[in-house]
Amino acid sequence: MMYIAYFFLILGAFFYAIGGLGVYRMPDVYNRSQAGTKATTLGTLALLIGIAIINPSWIPKLLIIVVFIAITNPIGSSVLVRSAYLKGAKQYEGTNIDELKEYYNKEDANHETN
Amino acid sequence: MKKNISSFLIIWITWILLTGININELIVGFIVSALLSYVISNLIDYEFSFNSIPKIIKFLVVYIPVFLFELIKANLDVAYRVLSPSMPINPGFVRIPTKIKSEYGRLTLANSITLTPGTLTVDVSEDSVYIHWIDVKGNNNEDYQKNVSASFEKILGGIFN
Repeated sequence: MMYIAYFFLILGAFFYAIGGLGVYRMPDVYNRSQAGTKATTLGTLALLIGIAIINPSWIPKLLIIVVFIAITNPIGSSVLVRSAYLKGAKQYEGTNIDELKEYYNKEDANHETN
Repeated sequence: MKKNISSFLIIWITWILLTGININELIVGFIVSALLSYVISNLIDYEFSFNSIPKIIKFLVVYIPVFLFELIKANLDVAYRVLSPSMPINPGFVRIPTKIKSEYGRLTLANSITLTPGTLTVDVSEDSVYIHWIDVKGNNNEDYQKNVSASFEKILGGIFN
């Protein structure tokens, strides 16, 4: 049983390491935040499963942690990326579609006419 | 009154999860949750009724497994992209149309899209979700929608309407 727990702990650490590597390797702020914030979801899930197997009496508290991460992590990364976009952070030259620009242009136009 | 009871239940259940089943803790938690829910009931705008119980069960039983499956699949995909020497990425900002009208439904959809790696919600409007996608597949918005959120959308549309 312990070995299964250790397997999950190592898996979590592995995904965190991939997240760090991704932040280092990716070309622009958007792709970096993709790699950096996403590793926390599966990494944290695996870590918490490992902890739950080692110490089953903590399961209710771990459930609360999972719920809070699932609610706050995406909102945080979404707000970070949106502010980077609005600030005009440089995009990777391979970025070939940008439908968001049209949306913000339209919104600006609406604000001006109102 | 409904708002009171809804927030009371959420606070009390959180309290029980944190402290465990213990008669003293249950009593103190009951009093504290009752006071807190009375104070915050003016500030919130959600409420449950008996009709929402099947929806909550459907959310837990149908949606969470689908979501976990997508999460694991997509995580392995991003891990592959990070580790592969040539780094095969093709990023872009695309619009995903959505038919979900409820605000909480769209919030859940946007959060699910962000939590599955490879896609990150940047903005949400009345009828669409704008995402940054690490590997754009498809030629038009319907294709994007099919690739990113079709499986979520189908279930969430039945839960939040």
